[in-house]
Amino acid sequence: MTIANLSVDTLSRLQGLAPDWPGGFWWHLLLFTVLIIAFVLIMVIVTIYIERRGIAFFAARVGPNRTGPFGIFQAFADGIKALLKESITPVSADKIAYWLAPAVVFAPVIMVFAVVPFSDGALLADLNIGILFVVAISSISTIGVFMAGWGSSNKYSLLGAMRMVASVISYEIPIILSVAGIVIIVGSLSLNDIVLAQQDIPFILLQPLGFLLLFIGGCAEINRSPFDLMEADSEIVAGFHIEYSGIKFAMFYLGEYGEAVVMSTIITVLFLGGWRGPVLPPWLWFVLKVAFMFFIMVWTRATLPRVRIDQLMAIAWKFLFPLALLNLIITAIQVLVWPDVLPWIVILINFAIAGILILIGSRFYKLGWGRIEV
Amino acid sequence: MQLRTEPFVLNIGPVHPSTHGVFRMRVTLDGEVVIDLEPVFGYLHRGVEKLAEERTYTGVVPLTDRLDYVASMSNNLGYVLAVEKLAGITVPERAEYLRIIMTELQRIANHLIAVGSFLNDCGAYFTPFLYMFRERERIVDLFDMVCGQRLLYNYMRPGGVSQDIPDEFMPALRKFLEQMPLFVEEYDRLLKENEILLARTKGVGILPAEMAINISASGPVLRASGVDWDLRKADPYSIYDRFSFDIPTGTNGDCYDRYRVRIEEMKQSLRIINQAVEQLPAGPIRSDVPHLIHPPVGEAYARVEAPKGELGFYLVSDNSIAPYRCHIRAPSLLNLTALREMMIGWKIQDLIVIFGSIDITMGEVDR
Amino acid sequence: MKFEGYGKGIAKGLTVTMKNFLRRRVTTQYPEKKLSVSRRTRGNELVWSKEKCTGCGTCAKTCPQGVIHITTSTNLEDNKYEVIEYQVDTGYCISCGLCVEACPYDALMMGYAYERAKYRRNDLVLNKEDMTLETGEKQPSAYFHPELADSLPEQTLLVDMQISEKEE
Repeated sequence: MTIANLSVDTLSRLQGLAPDWPGGFWWHLLLFTVLIIAFVLIMVIVTIYIERRGIAFFAARVGPNRTGPFGIFQAFADGIKALLKESITPVSADKIAYWLAPAVVFAPVIMVFAVVPFSDGALLADLNIGILFVVAISSISTIGVFMAGWGSSNKYSLLGAMRMVASVISYEIPIILSVAGIVIIVGSLSLNDIVLAQQDIPFILLQPLGFLLLFIGGCAEINRSPFDLMEADSEIVAGFHIEYSGIKFAMFYLGEYGEAVVMSTIITVLFLGGWRGPVLPPWLWFVLKVAFMFFIMVWTRATLPRVRIDQLMAIAWKFLFPLALLNLIITAIQVLVWPDVLPWIVILINFAIAGILILIGSRFYKLGWGRIEV
Repeated sequence: MQLRTEPFVLNIGPVHPSTHGVFRMRVTLDGEVVIDLEPVFGYLHRGVEKLAEERTYTGVVPLTDRLDYVASMSNNLGYVLAVEKLAGITVPERAEYLRIIMTELQRIANHLIAVGSFLNDCGAYFTPFLYMFRERERIVDLFDMVCGQRLLYNYMRPGGVSQDIPDEFMPALRKFLEQMPLFVEEYDRLLKENEILLARTKGVGILPAEMAINISASGPVLRASGVDWDLRKADPYSIYDRFSFDIPTGTNGDCYDRYRVRIEEMKQSLRIINQAVEQLPAGPIRSDVPHLIHPPVGEAYARVEAPKGELGFYLVSDNSIAPYRCHIRAPSLLNLTALREMMIGWKIQDLIVIFGSIDITMGEVDR
Repeated sequence: MKFEGYGKGIAKGLTVTMKNFLRRRVTTQYPEKKLSVSRRTRGNELVWSKEKCTGCGTCAKTCPQGVIHITTSTNLEDNKYEVIEYQVDTGYCISCGLCVEACPYDALMMGYAYERAKYRRNDLVLNKEDMTLETGEKQPSAYFHPELADSLPEQTLLVDMQISEKEE
């Protein structure tokens, strides 16, 4: 096959993926690219607002309410301030790694939304490997973090970056296994099919243990409390973005909230039923559900203290991983053996199994390590 | 194959991320494990003991406020007891009861800050900290009503207290005493069985009872290690022998026990205040003391159970209007003696948690 | 078989935080709404009564910091020294109130206002023209002067404002 044939072949395959929209393939691509970028940036602003007001309300105070009515322009003010600050580069920094790291961290955040359905059939490209694409692309931002840590030529940022890489790798496995449970029920990897399959009941009722695992694993992947060692305020090592200032720091900050939006979106699409809902238009339901999931993340951040780094890894490998495996096996058995049973019986059985597994897991696993003899 | 690692020195500097004042620690780390620790302090030394020699006995009282600036009523009480012992002054009944009420309110306020910042160091992002500050605000409003200031009170004088309580104090205090136990219960529900807090603090930073007695630790640090020693019961001063209260102790001496001891002490202080409010008599609030006190030649040492430990004042007088020598036994400084033993073998994150659980104020350590 | 550590503590903590989410906030929007301070507040200035002061200097001797400077002349008018200069350096004053307590003629009062910031350090030194009670510009507080307490507004207390759990 010549190069020309290869490109025509790829293009026709790409064109086959997009649903049948008026105007053809290229207008559809343009519209959705603009829409996705706008959506991500607006959702980041909304999540920053929810976080700051939410944490303030949980702590019996008010939060920012002076810039704009009810403080909605606070994130813009912070962004403009970050843009106006001087970008200081350390002298011995590795130039390529240092400069590319923010882009590598932020780009996957936008790319993930290419396969997320906003309405029935409204996505950029209906890939038939949807959820696998999402998991693969979101792992690229870890490389960006490591580039930031190494390129800063600072001992403490390298420590922070290595902690983050270790924790992200550990938590990939429970996430993938809980996603695999959903895939087994639906039978297809495409996100559009997953949302279409949640016609009668959302999957959170069918897979409560999977939801819990994905939530905890998701919080750990994106470094939110209670797993936010890397961006901790009251500890010593300030993280991999010590040496960044100005627009590069703003990109890391956007990237962190962008990843929170990505994780909320994945949980919404997989477990809460995407754009489904009675009265309002589908995209509004989508935005509301994403905001609700993020609110739950803010709630856990405001309440729980932080875990230690070795406890973080221990939770992933000793508590979540066996539970995820057992969840997958039990889901597989249920799909094979009882494919046509009334959903209510399966819901009750699944909740009971989730409760029993958590209780048994807690008996075998205790947090906390002793001191090391020096 | 054993990897060859090199220990490096990290400076947890005077400008601290977790605010306990200006304290510097030079820590030698091997990876994440602490191998050696060297504390450096003295950044807040103001020469309080020398300044006290240049002020009259009454003029030293505002100076003692600024030692442990979080709990100033207890500092005032300690100094004033020392002067009264030196000069042989007796205190009227109403003044004694007012002193007890103020000191126990101050103990609750101090423990609120101690537990709040301890939880902030553990990582709960300011939420329990702000809840406890909201409760402390109620106490500070009461103090504001009595003596006019919210932090450095200058309330006690040799011979009594400086002013009587206004009429609106008692109703406000009664409202506070009704509301506070509900809030303490809420804190217990928020944090007592929290698995993450248990994992971070149980078994971490153990101070054995033997070592605690050897380094003359005092206060909640000593009681959490299992030693049942509280100056209010062991060597009662003022009128503490008229009230009935318990002394909470811990079992292991780890950070979790220190946190529990402080919460239980808050509950016991509420008990004492309830009893004192019922028994409060009428009468004068300050005995007849001259404007400038000339105590006879001699020395006196008085100690109180401050919220952080045993606070002692040693005064030497040579029959003039100012003390000849004033030495302050600061509990925070002596509680820090075992810092190195408590921290070796733990990781960096445990360092912050252990340091927060001892609860020091640099104004006392450096004087 | 006892089960512990399965997440009950975390769930209880989450309910407490959610209850606080729904409660009233304790913050006051400052320049628009101000809370009343205590009637006995020791604000950061002093108020001096020209009629009652005799120039004895007890306040200056009692001050631990030595911030009060008095200059008198020996012109006696109704048995009082004429006070030429009465200067208080509020930059060094620690607001302890010992001077107010020491005055034998009740001529000195603490100020009630607390928003007295200046742009230069030299402007913090108050002379007797800035501090006189009789001009009516400065409001004294009731610290050691209980007769002034009724003319001042009542203090806003948090125990009155915050809804406690029992009433909800």
